[in-house]
Amino acid sequence: MSRSGPHFGAARVDRRTLLLAGTTLSLATLAAPPATRAQAKSLRVASLLPRSGFLAPAGQSCHRGALAAQALLTDLGHAIEIVHIDTESNVETARTQAERAINEGAQALVGPFESGAALAIAQVCEQRKVPFIVNIAAAPQLTEQGYQFLVRNFQTGGQLVANGLKLIASLLDAQKLSYQSAVFLHANDTFGTAQRGAMDALFPKANLPFKLLDSIAYDPRAQDLSVEVTRLRSLSPDIVMVVTRAGDAVKLVRDMVRQRFEPKAIISPGSPGLYDEEFFQTLGPLSDFMIYNVPWVNPKSAMTSALEKAFAKANPSNRFAVDCLNAGFTFEAFLIAADAFKRAGTSNGPELMAAIRASNITEHVMTGGPITFDAKGQNPNIASVSVQNIKRTPTVVLPADIATTAPVMPMPGWQGRS
Amino acid sequence: MSLTLSASVIVQGVLTGLVYGLMALGLSVIFGIVRVVNFAHGEFAVLAMYIAYLLFFWLKLDPFLAALPIAALFFGVGYLLQRALINSFVARAEHDQFILMVGLAIVLVNGCLMIFGPEARHAELSYSLDSWLAGPLIIDAVRVYAAIGSLVVALMLLAFFRLTDTGTAIRACADNRLAAAIVGLDTRRLYALTFGLGLACVGAAGAMQTAIIDPNPSLAPGMTLLAFTVVIVGGLGSLIGALFAGILIGVAEALSSLVMAPSMKSLASFAVLVLVLVLRPQGLFGKGG
Repeated sequence: MSRSGPHFGAARVDRRTLLLAGTTLSLATLAAPPATRAQAKSLRVASLLPRSGFLAPAGQSCHRGALAAQALLTDLGHAIEIVHIDTESNVETARTQAERAINEGAQALVGPFESGAALAIAQVCEQRKVPFIVNIAAAPQLTEQGYQFLVRNFQTGGQLVANGLKLIASLLDAQKLSYQSAVFLHANDTFGTAQRGAMDALFPKANLPFKLLDSIAYDPRAQDLSVEVTRLRSLSPDIVMVVTRAGDAVKLVRDMVRQRFEPKAIISPGSPGLYDEEFFQTLGPLSDFMIYNVPWVNPKSAMTSALEKAFAKANPSNRFAVDCLNAGFTFEAFLIAADAFKRAGTSNGPELMAAIRASNITEHVMTGGPITFDAKGQNPNIASVSVQNIKRTPTVVLPADIATTAPVMPMPGWQGRS
Repeated sequence: MSLTLSASVIVQGVLTGLVYGLMALGLSVIFGIVRVVNFAHGEFAVLAMYIAYLLFFWLKLDPFLAALPIAALFFGVGYLLQRALINSFVARAEHDQFILMVGLAIVLVNGCLMIFGPEARHAELSYSLDSWLAGPLIIDAVRVYAAIGSLVVALMLLAFFRLTDTGTAIRACADNRLAAAIVGLDTRRLYALTFGLGLACVGAAGAMQTAIIDPNPSLAPGMTLLAFTVVIVGGLGSLIGALFAGILIGVAEALSSLVMAPSMKSLASFAVLVLVLVLRPQGLFGKGG
């Protein structure tokens, strides 16, 4: 083809033009909005968890679930790539890390164990139209503020407390005990305050056979809880209902032992702290006989067995029996994302979110019915069970159909335990 | 509110306050003399807690006894740190000093996080859950030991500054650095000694606190803030002031927990701080002007 000869189209294709066109195409591809890149072969999901800071024990526990999730979901034929990010137990860090994760290509976010951080991340996801699956966070407002890109696969504070109170009544009935009084002691963070609100609203309607003498808020970062326990001791309740985190649960028990205060039962109507490895390791026999009414893994599910094996492989030095709540809900959050991606066939935010909201996962690990979401993005099918620490191991004691042993009530004294 | 309950809470406040005072002593010494604000104070305390934990874990050395070697180690670290690094910042702007110390704090706390992880470590002492009955009152044994330790460290420091030639020279440096240099005092060495002494206090305080609080990297910023509050309330550079302010804040926190809510503890300590800043800006035991 000569320079002066006839040619098709508006321009001749020489080497310079080809180079320019190639460069332009590459830049256009890189600069294109995510929608044009949505036909991804795998889903990139950011795992936002408090792996350092005061929530680190629980965050690390969730993280171990995320490590197991990657292997198990791959085995189950899901195409998912999990990116692990630390929110440092800090709400502002959670917000900035969510932004960063999306900027770096995350197509869905999972986390963050804590309600304050969840609210911050939800705002980012709403602006960026990226699905956010809450693994653990109970503040009711998460699913009450009309977020379109958020679903929660965990009970709300109200559900935790309502189910927790029902199980306390069942425990007392099952053991034929008649306790007269209780005090509610709770952390004053977002979660604890939400639990207090739920307790104030639900306790009067719960018709429990004991009186609520007082509700005491405390700072979970306080160096000790000696004054709180002094107040508790002066009220001398039969039951201490607690909403704790991790380190504060240890401080609480220590100060109870030091002040020789022995309630007949310490029961959490739905909170962490009493089943963290740190609690068992630090307190030894003093960690036994605490009861917590929380959602738990269903030991009869085939997927629970598979998760337990994947967990053991990914975390050989950790106990699944202790981590199973955090690991189970974290795994399920990734399962929800992977399942929706498989059905939607796209990582485009709105389409993926529509698929997540249409989830109906019958084979999963936590107790309760299938994973589905109501119009607000809340899974209404999660059940609670009563778990008691027996020989430093969380053991299901109610309901009877999945219990592995009977509850020990009243709680034995602090002295003479082994 | 019963008298017994109030008395129990006040006793706990006094014991906790003495531990607060001990934590603040090192900060007070360093700021009062070297005039460098140690923003890594809490981080050094946490480092001392971890060393005490390791000494207990490996050698079964009681943290109250470990306070001695840890204080000696921290004295050496403080001396070298001042000579090698901080001394060149003494005459520089406050924000330069601030960035240096905050940088040091970040390195320390993240170092602890990398080595020990985020979970709290626990030194299981045979007496850590002991308590004594004093009539209707129950008194925690470890807090009493820590309170006694605080008083001993404070008295030793006071004696050093009042009764020794080196202590007198350091006080001269604090009063007028230029005049001290003119009369032939080696101010660089004296500052290094002071920084060493300040860190030795932090080391001793951290070691003793291991008996009460489980070491955890996330404790550090709270400890720094609390120490600042105590030092400002007591008066910058005043050792007696630091101890007294520690007790005042400990009791204020405890009483506010009883009268209002335990979650309002921090409010009480900051309320005391604001009151002191308004009514007596130099602190309760600080020198005016």
